[in-house]
Amino acid sequence: MTTVITAILILFGLAVVFGIILGYASVRFRVEGNPIVDQIDGLLPQTQCGQCGYPGCRPYAEAIANGDAINKCPPGGQSTIDALADLLDVEAVPLDAEHGEEQAKMVAFIREDECIGCTKCIQACPVDAILGAAKQMHTVITDECTGCDLCVEPCPVDCIDMIPIETTIANWKWPAPAEAPGLIATDRGRGELQQQEAH
Amino acid sequence: MGKVFAFHGGIHPPENKKQSTRTPIRPVPLPKRLYLPLQQHIGMASSPVVDVGQQVLKGQLIAEPVSRISAGLHAPTSGTVVSIGPHPVPHASGLDSDCICIESDGRDQWIEHQGLGDYTRLEPAELIDHIRQCGIAGMGGAGFPTDVKLHLGDDHIVNTLIINAAECEPYITADDMLMRERADEILGGIRIISHLLKPSHVIIGVEDNKPQAIHALEAALKGCELNIDIRVVPTKYPSGGERQLIKLLTGLEVPSGGIPADIGIVCQNPGTVRAVYRAVTFGEPLISRIVTVTGDAVAQPQNLEALIGTPFGDLLDAAHVYENKLYRLVMGGPMMGVTVEHDQIPVIKTSNCIIAASIDEMPPAPPEQPCIRCGMCEQVCPAELLPQQLYWFAKGREFDKAKQHNLFDCIECGACAYVCPSSIPLVQYYRFAKSEIRTEEAEQRKSDHARARFEARQARLEREKAEKEERRKARAEEAARSQKVRKSAESSGVATEPTQDISALKTAAAVARTKLKKAQKALDAARDSGDGDIPALEAAVQAAHTSAEQAQQALEKAEGVKPTAANIDTKQLKTAAAVARTKLKKAQKALDAARDSGEGDLSALEAALKAAQASADQAQQAFEQAESGAAAGTTGPDLKQLKTAAAVARTKLKKARDALKNAEDKGLEGLDKLRATVTTLEQKAEEADKAYKDAEASAGATEAPVNQPVPVDLKALKQQVSIMRTKIKKAETALAGLEGEARSQAEQALEELRQRHAEADKAFKSAEQAQLDAAAAQGVDLKQLKIDAAMARAAVTKLERSLAKSEANDERASLEAELAAARDKAENLNTTLKQHEPA
Amino acid sequence: MSLIRMSSPHVYKANSTANVMRLVLLATLPGIIALTVFFGWGTLIQIAWAGLLAVTLEAAILKLRKRPIGFYLRDGSALVTALLLAVAIPPFAPWWVTGVGVIVAIAIAKHLYGGLGQNPFNPAMVAYALLLISFPVEMTRWSAPFVLNGDGWQIASFTDTLAAIFGSVETVWYDSFTGATPLDELRHRGGLTNEEAWRQSRVLSEGIGAWHAVSAAWLMGGVFLLYRKIITWHAPISMLLALAICSAMFYGYDPDNYAGPFFHLSTGATMLAAFFIITDPVSSATSNRGRIIFGAGIGVLIFIIRTWGNYPDGVAFAVLLMNLAAPFIDLYSQPRSYGHQKANKGQGGKA
Repeated sequence: MTTVITAILILFGLAVVFGIILGYASVRFRVEGNPIVDQIDGLLPQTQCGQCGYPGCRPYAEAIANGDAINKCPPGGQSTIDALADLLDVEAVPLDAEHGEEQAKMVAFIREDECIGCTKCIQACPVDAILGAAKQMHTVITDECTGCDLCVEPCPVDCIDMIPIETTIANWKWPAPAEAPGLIATDRGRGELQQQEAH
Repeated sequence: MGKVFAFHGGIHPPENKKQSTRTPIRPVPLPKRLYLPLQQHIGMASSPVVDVGQQVLKGQLIAEPVSRISAGLHAPTSGTVVSIGPHPVPHASGLDSDCICIESDGRDQWIEHQGLGDYTRLEPAELIDHIRQCGIAGMGGAGFPTDVKLHLGDDHIVNTLIINAAECEPYITADDMLMRERADEILGGIRIISHLLKPSHVIIGVEDNKPQAIHALEAALKGCELNIDIRVVPTKYPSGGERQLIKLLTGLEVPSGGIPADIGIVCQNPGTVRAVYRAVTFGEPLISRIVTVTGDAVAQPQNLEALIGTPFGDLLDAAHVYENKLYRLVMGGPMMGVTVEHDQIPVIKTSNCIIAASIDEMPPAPPEQPCIRCGMCEQVCPAELLPQQLYWFAKGREFDKAKQHNLFDCIECGACAYVCPSSIPLVQYYRFAKSEIRTEEAEQRKSDHARARFEARQARLEREKAEKEERRKARAEEAARSQKVRKSAESSGVATEPTQDISALKTAAAVARTKLKKAQKALDAARDSGDGDIPALEAAVQAAHTSAEQAQQALEKAEGVKPTAANIDTKQLKTAAAVARTKLKKAQKALDAARDSGEGDLSALEAALKAAQASADQAQQAFEQAESGAAAGTTGPDLKQLKTAAAVARTKLKKARDALKNAEDKGLEGLDKLRATVTTLEQKAEEADKAYKDAEASAGATEAPVNQPVPVDLKALKQQVSIMRTKIKKAETALAGLEGEARSQAEQALEELRQRHAEADKAFKSAEQAQLDAAAAQGVDLKQLKIDAAMARAAVTKLERSLAKSEANDERASLEAELAAARDKAENLNTTLKQHEPA
Repeated sequence: MSLIRMSSPHVYKANSTANVMRLVLLATLPGIIALTVFFGWGTLIQIAWAGLLAVTLEAAILKLRKRPIGFYLRDGSALVTALLLAVAIPPFAPWWVTGVGVIVAIAIAKHLYGGLGQNPFNPAMVAYALLLISFPVEMTRWSAPFVLNGDGWQIASFTDTLAAIFGSVETVWYDSFTGATPLDELRHRGGLTNEEAWRQSRVLSEGIGAWHAVSAAWLMGGVFLLYRKIITWHAPISMLLALAICSAMFYGYDPDNYAGPFFHLSTGATMLAAFFIITDPVSSATSNRGRIIFGAGIGVLIFIIRTWGNYPDGVAFAVLLMNLAAPFIDLYSQPRSYGHQKANKGQGGKA
């Protein structure tokens, strides 16, 4: 009988001790805010294009944190999906074609002689990358443009083009070495096939 | 001779250096065209200072440096600038880049230039600036602007100057030949650089496979006042790597991510040192360099002194290339050089060697086999990395891990790929991984920047909104205050009703109406599409309706109790009545639509319709009351009755139309309804009769010299008549859709109605005439009439405008009807006015 | 002019995986000769049979996996695996024992993991361990060195050996040509001291020379490989040292109950393992420091298993256990790279 009581007492004591430790830890090491949203937001490309169906990257990050799918971001493409999958420890899925397809990086370009200076694109630009004033010609600050194409639709005279960023020596990338034909290609091919099926 | 240390790894590839050292350095014949890439160095591309078509002299500045880390360009010979634009450049990508193309005039005429004389008396900054003006950049490989390196003395303690003469890559002998033939110039350059950097000692690191160069240097060094040490290092690739050579000569390691100056060392290439000498002593900018042209595909491998910008083709010709043997053209050494795709690519400041290789000499790499983790790469890696781990990470795109395994310490020397038994292109994997990581980082920076800008914009918009709100509030407060002041001033005077309340009520009523409209529209849409929660929508319509009514009532009440502003009241009430009518119409239409489609809660709709009717009646009554109130005391109750009767008649007419439509929809049942209609129409006719009589009576009254209210009366009568006309028109339209017996009956009823109307009209006209006469006799209130006419016209234009804007069909129809009514009214008023005016 | 565009380097050392494997095969020659001389034709027959089966099987699996057959067969890795297995199993082991071993080695231990370069375990050792557990009788029927069979060079005839492997022979036949190994003798000596065991056992007193000779032959091959820079010294030396130090310590403490370092180094599969098995690059640690740790671990484990384990020789188990630890060793034995104060440790990036 004594043994049983001792055991219970010991367990009870342990429970109290660990409870105190955990309680203390939860106060001491409390994490302020919701850092996961910040982390997700950090991975998103910040084009603020809204192709995901949310009004910007942060709202989408919040939606992902609340369980939305991670494959709704065409500007980020597969690499963003992979990074998100990695962060959230979920399976990487192919891009949801419903929200658009992954494209080469673009910048907006205003055909300036056609611009009527309506400022509609300036209001649409989420990152203030368009310069101009009413009745004055507008122009895009290329370095600031995220290529979200939100300015294209509001333009009443259709003078905005999205042009792909040209590959120059400065931004050229070394390609991955070509796989020797037929060596590991079967595995790779299979992977692509699976992706296609998933589509 | 000091101690020589060792670095990890390294390989011993076949040297192939003997071929090109047999003949002395020869100049290349002057090429026809020279292509000078604006970017030949690390840093910002230089910016052209010449125009197309401009004549330039040898040594003239043609592009100037644009930032601290940048180098200028000089015309290598005299001639004309032919173009400035994209041209293939020696780069691994094979892409074009902007080049200045100069067509030589054959005279090779120098621009005026001279050396600095005794440079030791100059300020170091001045001397360095001169070197910068001469466009000197590292000629060993990377092309780092030399003046930047010479500035290092300012913030670093430089105690060792290393002349990197190891030239460890196979094939290349440019520095070897330079040292053999121009050792004194190199020494001169060392003096200048030592003067600038003031190192405690200078080490020339040479590989032991260049005995002649070592001899030449030793001979030149005899009697030299400087502490210069020639240190011979064993031949091993890549001992000429800057970091490896530093380790070899000093035993120190350059910290990862740092520069040699961090440990007090500056490295210079012999070619660069000589260029510094030529620049300082003779004022010659960097316009030529020694290039080794070698490989199995040239008959005479040798070193050539080539102008910067000379196309490779000219060099190959000078060395007698075998076109058919040429398989791979490499700029640089076989270990780190880049392949170029065609022979118009020009020599740049860093081109130390061109290898025209045959296929046997540099066969295509065998196919990549699986890595067996043999570790040979690790044994040869001069940076002591784990190449095969990096390979796995690069292949698996685990760039984070690759970075953690010090990928960026890889100098891409190619030793690992050289020894790999599985022929894995390791270096390309690392280059791929590096550029992916760099791109990722650049994108990350860009997206962080975009986020910052986006957030700044959001904050700004938020702020602007808040400011606007603030201003609006301030204005409202201001208005309230002034109102209060005015009120307190007026408080002794007339007990005015709070106008604010009324306007607020008006707004509320308008809002309620809009809501109702929207709800109605949504309901219609839902009905049309056949889906959606129709009952819920109907309930919403009902609720909106009730609230609109309440708002309207409240408004009316508020307005009704305002005895002073009777005229305004009437107007408002008129509008209210019109609105109520419109609502009624819409409700009817909705009901019709529901009946047509046979679905939806008919009874609810009917109830809604009834309610709308009631409210329309109420509004009308209220309007009439108010009007009669405005004419209080002057007109008899007859007038009021007349108006009421007219209103009732109109309602009945509406009902008749309704019934007609029903009949249209519902066969037999419709007949009953039609009968009801007939009765109603009869009633209506009676009412109209009565109205006629009343009108007659009042017309009789006007004969007596009474007062103004009479024209108002008449006007109302006229309005009623015109409205009746419109109704008849509408009934006719409705009739057009009917068929059979129902039709004939309805026609009959309509005919009767028409007769009645004609009678009423006649009566009205005679009354009007009488009134006009009276008015003419007495001078009626022409002013009032004019105002009314103008208002009617404005109403017409407004309606027209809104009609042009509106798109929905049902809305259009109602608007058209309103427009017609408004036009009639305006016309009538005009006629009246005209009749009065001539008098 | 159309020239090719390629990443540097543009020259390669004349070196290939096939070449590496050929040299390994060459280095096994002394060992094979020694085994044949002392233990009869069995080894050669096993090698031929295992090699044939391995190559056929490899080709079949490559075909199944839709890989270019010729390209992969040429690397010779299957042959090396088969050879290492064949020299490890008893020369008289029945053909199906070898067959099972080869199938396990090639199909399961190698190709199921993705083929050459992907296998976490040494295929030959996986097969050996499996055979040892599954067929203890066949796997412990080691042939006796010829010196024990009588005067002169008394080994089983070629045809008899063939019959023993592919057909069946009288159990009695085995008695005349098989016997315990020195490690067996010492393991199952009962309560005898070393000295007593030595005096009693002919295998230990007379036959041990054969094992010494075979070990020496493997060592020769190993030195050749070291000389040709096919393997590095790190793993073998560290393994041999660890084994020697462990045994020396215990021998010094109690010479009656523990065998001496020389015995440990020169019997069993010690030398074969040191130079041919633990140097298999695929399944071992990759960095030099890692290989030292890897080798030392194997040395210690061999000693522990031999001394206190159930099996007389523990090379296979020791190697497999350390194969298991190799990735972990790799993570914590990265070299200090040029320009860094200290070496990286552990997993890079996100786990």
